[in-house]
Amino acid sequence: MIPGPDPMKIRYFAWLRERTGTSEETIELPEGVKTTGDLMSWLAARDEGYAFAFEQPETIRIAVNQEHVEEDHVLSGTEEVAFFPPMTGG
Amino acid sequence: MSKTSTTDFTVRVQAEDFDVLAETEILTKGRKDVGAIVTFTGLCRDEGGALEALELEHYPGMAEAQISKFAQQAVERWPLTGLTIIHRFGKIPPGDNIVLVIATSPHRRAAFEAADFLMDFLKTKAPFWKKEHLREASEGTWVEAKAADDADAARWDAPKTK
Repeated sequence: MIPGPDPMKIRYFAWLRERTGTSEETIELPEGVKTTGDLMSWLAARDEGYAFAFEQPETIRIAVNQEHVEEDHVLSGTEEVAFFPPMTGG
Repeated sequence: MSKTSTTDFTVRVQAEDFDVLAETEILTKGRKDVGAIVTFTGLCRDEGGALEALELEHYPGMAEAQISKFAQQAVERWPLTGLTIIHRFGKIPPGDNIVLVIATSPHRRAAFEAADFLMDFLKTKAPFWKKEHLREASEGTWVEAKAADDADAARWDAPKTK
């Protein structure tokens, strides 16, 4: 038996969480999705809520395994991806 | 590569309030090498009476890790004797504390600069998001990030030669 792709956790924060209606979910990396940017396009095509959340991907910040990355980051070996708006702490 | 020991720091992300004096005392008690204490406390303001509360969402784990990363940079960059950073999350009413940075050092400049540096990075790189709940609105609105905050953080990237 050939093992399937490793499951990956996706987390959403602030208005991305509200628009997707999801705080976290686990998926298997879909066919053809190589980078964090590919993943955003794939998620945007899911339904209206996801399309709304990812309508301006250039404004969205991304973390992989809790480190900031860009949209060309390759997802192999990734355990956790998070999408969120620019941060407003402090 | 020579190995140099750097000052320990404390980072806490918590729902509870903090006590500025008690936290300051921890950094000064029993020592005689501290010549300067800089404390910065960020509070929730009421925006002229319009604000009911701020709601702070955070990314547990990454928030602590990011703050610790910048705390580590600060203790390597400035000769500090102590450093404490506390950031709250959850619903915070006007007048309450949100964030605390305490930097101690033999001399004032290092303490001022380290606290300033850390606040600039907390605002732009630590995964926290503020939602404003106004008295006159049923729905809260997410606070938008300010370009000025990014510019403030970028000040520390440039080499410090003038």
